[in-house]
Amino acid sequence: MALINFLKPKNQLEEGGRSAAPVQQDEGEPEKKCPNCHRDIPLSRLWANNLVCACGYHFRMKARQRIKMIADKESFHELFGDMKSDNPLNFPGYKDKLETVRAASGEEEAVVCGTARIGKQECCLFVMESYFMMGSMGTAVGEKITSLFEYAVAHRLPVVGFTVSGGARMQEGLLSLMQMAKTSAAVKRHSDAGLLYIAVLTNPTTGGVTASFAMEGDIILAEPGATVGFAGARVIEQTTRKTLPKEFQKSEFVLAHGFVDSIVSRNNQRRLLADLLKMHNGGGYFESGTL
Amino acid sequence: MSQVPYSRVKLARDNSRPTGLDYIRNIFKGFIEFHGDRRYGDDPAVVGGIARLGGSFVTVIAIEKGHTAKERTYRNFGAPHPEGYRKALRLMKQAEKFGRPIICFVDTSGAYCGIGAEERGQGQAIAENLMEMSTLCVPIISILIGEGGSGGALALAVADRVWMLQNAVYSVISPEGCASILWKDAGKAEVAAASLRLTAEDAKSLGVIERILSENEIGKKEFYDRIRALLIEELSGLSGDLDLVGKRYDRFRQLGAWAVANKESL
Repeated sequence: MALINFLKPKNQLEEGGRSAAPVQQDEGEPEKKCPNCHRDIPLSRLWANNLVCACGYHFRMKARQRIKMIADKESFHELFGDMKSDNPLNFPGYKDKLETVRAASGEEEAVVCGTARIGKQECCLFVMESYFMMGSMGTAVGEKITSLFEYAVAHRLPVVGFTVSGGARMQEGLLSLMQMAKTSAAVKRHSDAGLLYIAVLTNPTTGGVTASFAMEGDIILAEPGATVGFAGARVIEQTTRKTLPKEFQKSEFVLAHGFVDSIVSRNNQRRLLADLLKMHNGGGYFESGTL
Repeated sequence: MSQVPYSRVKLARDNSRPTGLDYIRNIFKGFIEFHGDRRYGDDPAVVGGIARLGGSFVTVIAIEKGHTAKERTYRNFGAPHPEGYRKALRLMKQAEKFGRPIICFVDTSGAYCGIGAEERGQGQAIAENLMEMSTLCVPIISILIGEGGSGGALALAVADRVWMLQNAVYSVISPEGCASILWKDAGKAEVAAASLRLTAEDAKSLGVIERILSENEIGKKEFYDRIRALLIEELSGLSGDLDLVGKRYDRFRQLGAWAVANKESL
C-alpha cells in the first residue's frame, strides 16, 4: 500500500474516470500526450487502438471498457454487482471517501465480476477497477472474487481475471488482510477442481493482491510496462538505500525473473485468451474418459 | 482517542520480549532444526524443524527476530525473504506427509522490502503459502507473539486456530505507514493505530483470532508451561477432526463485512 504515493496519476487520463477526456481544445481534434514518447495522439485514434499508443505505451483503462474489449459482444452478465464496502471499522474519513469515489467512478466497488464468452469460450471474468481507490482490496472486493471462484467451481467454468491494485485496503484494517487468505483458499478449491485460472496483471499490480490471487494463476500474463511487485519501489529504496535496477518491477523484469508466463499487449489479449481457453476446454490430447 | 493501541504497538516491538526461538526452546523438547528452501537458500529470519510436544511430534516454525544487535542483524530483524516462506512451506508439506501437526510462531514487522526479495518473488512466495496452507490436511495452530505485520505474518497464519499474546498486534499495515499514506504525517501513527483495530481484543472481536494469551509471568517457566498445556489440549481436539480443511475454509470464508446495495438504487 505504500505504493499509493508512488502511483500518483502521472497524467490527466490517469487521474480519474471523469477526467479521462482531455481539456477540449479550441480547434481540431482533442489530443492526449503520451508520457512515454511525448507525442500528441488524437483521442479518436487512441480509443480505436484500445488506449495503446503507437509507441506501445498502455494507458489506464476502466474496468467496463476492458470488459467490452475482451468479452464477446453482449456476452457479459454481471454477478455480485450489489456488494459494496460499508466501513466496517468506522475508519475516519472512509465513508466520505467511498461516496466521492463511487460518484466519480460510477462503480460500487473496485472489481467487476461476471460470466462472459471470450471467442465463444464460456468463462467467469473479473476485472479490477483502478479508478476506484486504485483497485484496493477491502472485504467487498475479497467477497466478490471469492464468490466468483466458488461460482466457477459450481458451474465448472474457467476464470479469467485482470488485476490492478495498490494492495489491501487500509481503511478496513485486519478484515482487508484476511481477504488475502479467503481469496487464496477459493482459488485453491477452483484449482483442485481441475479448472483453469488465467490472471492478467495490469498496471499496477502490487501489495496484497500480488501476494494472493494475482500470483496464483495457472497461467499468468502481464501487460507491457506494467508495475508488478509486492513492496513499493520507494519503500524499498528507503529501506535498502540502494539504487533500484533499471526497469525494476516492470512486467519485463518480472518475466525475466520467472514470475509471469508471457507479456501480451492489449490488442492481442482477446485472441490469446480465446485460444488458451479453447485449449483447456475439453481440447486436451487425451479426451476425458480415454485415460 | 485511546492511546492503548499505539502503546501496544510499542510493546509488541519491544526487544526484551521472548522471540520465536525462546518459545521453541521452552515449550518443546528435542528441537531439531531443518534449513533451506531447496530452491535458493536458507533464510535465518525463519526457523523450522521438528520437536516433541507432550507425547507426540510436531513441526514447529517461527519467525525469529533475535535479541542482541548481532543476532538481530543476522535474523534480518525478523523480516523474511521469499526463501523463508518457501522453507516454511516445504516443512509444512513435510509435516503433512508424515501426519505431524504444525505450530507457527509469528513475529514480524512484515515480509522484507528489498531488491532481492522482489527479484525472487516475495508476492508469489506469500501467495503460494496462503493457497497451500488452506488445504493442508494436518492441524495448524499459529500464535502471534509480537508483531503481526500484514501479508508477511499471514503467510504463516492460515491456520485452524490463531492465537495472540495479550500485547501482540496484527495489522494490514504499520500505523506509521498508514498515517504517512493517508494523512501525509507519520506523526499521526497513534490515530492510525487506534483506527486500524490491531490489538488482540480487536482481532478477537472481529473473529480473526480464537484466543488471547495472557502475558502473566512472560518469559518464565509458568508462562511456557501454560502455552504448552493449551497447545496439547487444542491439538487433541483438532486431531480427530475429519473435516479440518473444510472448517479452515469456512473460518476464513466468513471474515469480512459488506453491504448489499439497494438494487433499485443501482
